[in-house]
Amino acid sequence: MSGLIKSSIARKIAMALSGFFLVFFLLFHCTVNMTSVFSADIYNQFSHFLGTNFVVQALMQPVLVFGIIFHFVMGFVLEIKNRNSRSIRYTQYKGGTNAAWVSRNMIISGAVVLAFFGLHFYDFFIPELIHKYVQSHPEDPTRYFPELIHKFQNPVRIGLYVFSFVLLALHLWHGFASAFQSMGVNNKYSPGLKKVTQVFAIVVPAAFIFIALFHHLNGH
Amino acid sequence: MKLNLKIWRQNDAKSKGKMVQYPLDGVDGDMSFLEMLDVLNEELINKGEEPVEFDHDCREGICGACSLQINGEPHGPDRKITTCQLHMRKFNDGDTIVIEPFRANAFPVIKDLMVDRSAFDRIQQAGGYISVNTSGNTVDANAIPIEKEKADDAFNAATCIGCGACVAACKNASAMLFTSAKVSQFALLPQGQVEATDRVLNMVRQMDLEGFGNCTNTGACEVECPKGISLENIARMNREYVSASVKG
Repeated sequence: MSGLIKSSIARKIAMALSGFFLVFFLLFHCTVNMTSVFSADIYNQFSHFLGTNFVVQALMQPVLVFGIIFHFVMGFVLEIKNRNSRSIRYTQYKGGTNAAWVSRNMIISGAVVLAFFGLHFYDFFIPELIHKYVQSHPEDPTRYFPELIHKFQNPVRIGLYVFSFVLLALHLWHGFASAFQSMGVNNKYSPGLKKVTQVFAIVVPAAFIFIALFHHLNGH
Repeated sequence: MKLNLKIWRQNDAKSKGKMVQYPLDGVDGDMSFLEMLDVLNEELINKGEEPVEFDHDCREGICGACSLQINGEPHGPDRKITTCQLHMRKFNDGDTIVIEPFRANAFPVIKDLMVDRSAFDRIQQAGGYISVNTSGNTVDANAIPIEKEKADDAFNAATCIGCGACVAACKNASAMLFTSAKVSQFALLPQGQVEATDRVLNMVRQMDLEGFGNCTNTGACEVECPKGISLENIARMNREYVSASVKG
């Protein structure tokens, strides 16, 4: 079993599993956010439930934070290890002739998404923690939608948000399908599965961008 | 055809190498790439200079000895060929051609364009074999029924010539395509089942020990492989590895 923890294949599988977990979370997050376009009440109810439910707060949230940190740390560790496996670089290397840009530059798209996570934590997660646990404000189930609208008024923030989700789309374009290959799934259904993952890679980030632009434009 | 060659020159594994320019005239379009290098070496020898060291053997795309990163691609611009099968008609008069050794820490340069690919041998030795009773009552392999699809997949995996283009093409210098082909050719056949668990564990362990990078599924290896070894083999090896780890 020790190989299953330390080997190069184990690292691939760990990246794939954490990636699947984050993909699932992304879909869930997108679904909750999308309710804000249709109904402020439903969005408030979802947010209130997620923000106050013990299981979500005490169990699921730490798992999520761990999953995010693990995926990013592992990604950077692998990048450093992989760079070290070729100390002397080629004078001429035409990587674009045999592999797509997105697949060769997951570290760039990943780093941008990580920077976005920093902004997102600064915008939502940390204020939420301060609101609940430091300032100990009484819970107001209607506060979430106005807070969301307020955050989406700054055009610079909207620009960063859109840029980050374009990079996330690129990251998912390769990463989602790649996770299946890492898990050993490569058969007659793989071309179809790849199409599904590519549709996901476009639709979900596009939905996040739509939500941001919708509230930005309607808030003015 | 007149060419401007930029070739990596390095005296031995320990010395520092550099790119050196060689103008070369009279190159025929029907020459193979290796024949073009032969012409260059004859010129260098006639001038009393050290010829360029490069690997070659069969010169018909079977042995996998000829390596070379040509203009940024393993085995040059064509697909599914080795360097000995690359012809000079693929280049134009006046072209500059950059020729480098395959680069990976696991493939140290021996001299000039020649690299040490014995890391592949050690991976093979770690488990790329089956034990057969040869005491006189050996069963004919053809006596065991094997479904056509599996036999074809095993054969395709076995066509890997161990040239190292997969490592050279991969941005991570990963050897997963090679190792997975060598695992798959036995994993698919009944004769390979006896040692299946140890084989995949030992070969992957050896691959990691040699210092190859991690696979990130870019697919560059599959594109540059002269024998068209498929990424399906890597997926199969991953499955075999997980299964063997749980069992073993």
